[in-house]
Amino acid sequence: MSTGPANVDRWLLPDGVEEMLPAEAAKIEALRRRLIDTYRSWGYDQVIPPLIEYTDSLLIGLGHDLDLLTFKMTDQLSGRTLGIRADITPQTARMDAHSFRRQGPNRLCYAGHVLHTKPKGPLATRSPIQAGVELFGEAGLDADIEVVSLMLETLKLAGIEKANIDLGHVGIYRAVAEAAGLDEQEQQTFFDLLQHKAISELEQWLEGLSLSAEYIDLLQMMPRLAGDQSVLAKARQWFQGVSEDALAALDELEAIAQVIEQRYPDTQMYFDLSEVRGYNYHTGLVFAAYADGVGQAIANGGRYDHIGEVFGRARPATGFAVDVTKLAQLLESSPAEVKGIYAPASEDPAQWQAIQTLRSQGERVVCGLADQVAIQEELACDRQLELINGDYQVVEWR
Amino acid sequence: MLTIALTKGRILKETLPLLASAGIEPAEDIASSRKLQFATNQEDVRLLVLRGVDVPTYVQFGSADLGVAGKDTLMESGSDNLYEPLDLGIARCRLMTAGIKGVPPKQGRIKVASKYVNVAKRYYAEQGRQVDIIKLYGGMELAPLMDLADEIVDIVDTGNTLVANGLEARDHIADISSRIIVNKASMKMKHQKIEAILDAISEVL
Repeated sequence: MSTGPANVDRWLLPDGVEEMLPAEAAKIEALRRRLIDTYRSWGYDQVIPPLIEYTDSLLIGLGHDLDLLTFKMTDQLSGRTLGIRADITPQTARMDAHSFRRQGPNRLCYAGHVLHTKPKGPLATRSPIQAGVELFGEAGLDADIEVVSLMLETLKLAGIEKANIDLGHVGIYRAVAEAAGLDEQEQQTFFDLLQHKAISELEQWLEGLSLSAEYIDLLQMMPRLAGDQSVLAKARQWFQGVSEDALAALDELEAIAQVIEQRYPDTQMYFDLSEVRGYNYHTGLVFAAYADGVGQAIANGGRYDHIGEVFGRARPATGFAVDVTKLAQLLESSPAEVKGIYAPASEDPAQWQAIQTLRSQGERVVCGLADQVAIQEELACDRQLELINGDYQVVEWR
Repeated sequence: MLTIALTKGRILKETLPLLASAGIEPAEDIASSRKLQFATNQEDVRLLVLRGVDVPTYVQFGSADLGVAGKDTLMESGSDNLYEPLDLGIARCRLMTAGIKGVPPKQGRIKVASKYVNVAKRYYAEQGRQVDIIKLYGGMELAPLMDLADEIVDIVDTGNTLVANGLEARDHIADISSRIIVNKASMKMKHQKIEAILDAISEVL
């Protein structure tokens, strides 16, 4: 069909789509297994949600962003629109609401590919491997603390002992916007300005609103309420007498931070009370983790209590997710490569027995094929199986 | 290590005194050097000197923690993964549309030449107008004269260049000045250091 340059580029992968060669694949898979094992040891049951679903169940009012991120196609069987998942969290929410119907807390974990129509950040992959946990059915702070702790354990598995975490609470932004009486349009503008901490623009915008001086000062202060733990006390003074909800949210943040500090004293905590990332579906605590030398968050999470509503069963929920491929890149050492044993082609049943025995002992044995020229580097073997005095023995392969 | 990306040229001259007020001074004279990276009097602060359009890129990727960039550049490149906490009020100008003087604005679908492709697209869409955008890298004023475009979107400072080419400014899109931008992750991990710099600079503004 096509000739010339098109043929030359046939091997090209789409932007933001990558393949993993053995060394990298080994690293990612080892980490993925360790993550799932750890989540299981904390009582989280693994689930494998489907790669595609009807968009009706995939896009459940989680905001315009997720809609744009989702690849869509028509299901030829039903004529309905299918989406390739861009986020596994809503799938687990559906499973919790519909497939489990547990009365008590439900702990779920997962690891699998998601696809994004556009990269989420500069140089981000469009096919990350998302791993994470979700804890349904518990509205208390214990659940938030457990999930943040598990995120920090996840980072440890990636070799990050001294994590930087960012804590915020969506309730604060909501309470302040409400107390000031902002309408929906104004809330959206306020939200956008906070996202960029655009303090100068915020000042200009506030001048045009008919708010009392007290509220103008408060809204102007919001992007500045960020920093170490002392921010909480400062915020408390600002919110006093303005919003009970904002004060309650502060209490929650403080309580969570206290336990995390005690459990993980090496963790550096940063509080940002105008952090409103994912505001569309988050309802309480929001958090993220950062590592030195990485310009974007490496893990994200938060509380989202109303997500199950569309499935007829709203349950409190909190959780976090990481991109396993990105996390694996932070691992300094890759798992030591296990060199194998080469078994030259043979029809002797006794050799087959010997090979199977070695394999059952955990050895990597590569069988030679008839007429094959054995290339030691490609086979990655440092020993070979040899018949010595009627006995199959493993000897060094030079 | 804190890396600050600066826009070279006129903005740089106005930025250095502001940095000095935060106690950061380049270890050598930037103007007389061809280097792009400079040490400072502070051991853990270094400066990069870049073209303005590249500054947001360095900061977005996290290769620089802070940057000084014009609002026009930010509007064009988008400001994902960035904070823009401080308006330095330097290099002030306006982003405007312009056309041939005395020629009434054309109705219907028009051709617009600009290096601010995204800004232009957004602006005309907001006005409810369908336009065809032509990307140019400089000398925008020539486009209407050569009938390449009906209008241009460009930075207007004194307006002299427009006048000299027989053009007139039409609609005002935005006021432009230089901002300090901060990578979001850096803000969270190095907030003490960054906060101190922002405070010191905002005090002298």
